[in-house]
Amino acid sequence: MSETVAKVKAPSEPLFSKKNRKLITDPLTDNNPVTVQVLGICSALAITVKIDTSLVMGLSVIFVTAIGNFVISALRNIMPPRIRIIVQLVVAAALVIIVNEILKAFLPDISEQLSVFVGLIITNCIIMGRFEAFAMANKPWPSLLDGIGNGMGYAGLLLIVGFFRELFGSGSLLGFKVFGSAIPGEEWGLYTMGYANNNLVILPPMALIIVGVIIWIQRSRNKNLQEEI
Amino acid sequence: MAINKESNAYTIVFATVMVVVVGGILAFLSLSLKPMQEANGKIKKKMEILKALLTTQEYQTISRTNAEAKYAEYIKAEVVLDESGKIIEEGKDAAFNVDIKTEFKDKTLPVSKRNYPMFIAEKEGKKLYIIPIIGKGLWGPIWGNICVSEDKRSISGASFGHQGETPGLGAEISQGFFIDRWTKGDEKISDENGDYLPFEVVKDGSGPNPTKIDGISGGTITSKGVEEMVNRCLVPYTVYFKTLK
Repeated sequence: MSETVAKVKAPSEPLFSKKNRKLITDPLTDNNPVTVQVLGICSALAITVKIDTSLVMGLSVIFVTAIGNFVISALRNIMPPRIRIIVQLVVAAALVIIVNEILKAFLPDISEQLSVFVGLIITNCIIMGRFEAFAMANKPWPSLLDGIGNGMGYAGLLLIVGFFRELFGSGSLLGFKVFGSAIPGEEWGLYTMGYANNNLVILPPMALIIVGVIIWIQRSRNKNLQEEI
Repeated sequence: MAINKESNAYTIVFATVMVVVVGGILAFLSLSLKPMQEANGKIKKKMEILKALLTTQEYQTISRTNAEAKYAEYIKAEVVLDESGKIIEEGKDAAFNVDIKTEFKDKTLPVSKRNYPMFIAEKEGKKLYIIPIIGKGLWGPIWGNICVSEDKRSISGASFGHQGETPGLGAEISQGFFIDRWTKGDEKISDENGDYLPFEVVKDGSGPNPTKIDGISGGTITSKGVEEMVNRCLVPYTVYFKTLK
């Protein structure tokens, strides 16, 4: 309902106006949910050991934030204010269950590796944060874009962390052996020269260190993000 | 027409409609995806059986795509025993279709009526017996497969799974290092006469003893669950093995 009203009222604003494009690009850089708002750190540590799990987790979060933002925004005018947090939770929970069921049916191995973390998407602060801060106050289309943007901001960071952790922790990228094989007796590549995978990179603290380094690089490039001491 | 969104009636009606709609969507999705999830579960079960049979290196070549074929290649016969160790059913998929998890959970089914499936495999010309087991961990069910070698006494391999044991503690039962403790071939399930030897999961490091396995630090209740599961499930099979001698 509100969507049609929006189209009639604002015919001058194209679907991908500058403002709307910013909704997608901002969370990728200067308003990244993980590095700037520091939300969703917990799952970023847990599931970034390999790129494929990072990718699936990122896509799942994009799905939940985008569709959830859209639904909440469409419901915002008819939602009883007293139970709005419950409504938001129900929408997020339903979407998370949908993702989980689909993963179990089509990607069982990855679903096993992600284990509880798919279910825990619901506790990811990015989702409730975007519902409450953006979708409750904006029209469905910008909300959808905002959801996609923030989901991509999260997914992008997971991929960067997953890239470094898989490369230096397992010596592979997406399962493809980049540095050669470390299987005893059949070594080839760098491993024949004494190279060894770094086990620390596999452990969660390293994810925190990588996220920290990304935040450091980002804030040294953009002085606006630095806090006054 | 202005609706008072603050009113109790509106709130209750909104909540009811929302719950019915969301519940309907989820129920539909769950029902339509169930066949695929069950198919995945079956393949996983075959992979776990193969995991008990194969060494770690051989198991690395097993994936969801070739599990069915490898299963058919290794598993030569399937039998189902009753509690006294008599064969009550045999044939293709006879053992595979027995759901010991449901039977274990079903409190109305007397223990004496439970089925005891067994998979008979052939590897490198040797006959191996794979026995599925089920029990209770700390938070939920734990299960596994024990592979008994040709002498019908020694354990030559194992695999374990769990539903929700604590990561890093009880959940370690499904890790390689715990499974390796079962694969040395010196663990015995019965004495020379074929009588069952009770198994023990220990804390004091006396694991190399033929009837003892080192447990997991911090996972005492899960370790005890493994002990109980092995002891309860293996007895009918030793009775059966004795009749073969």
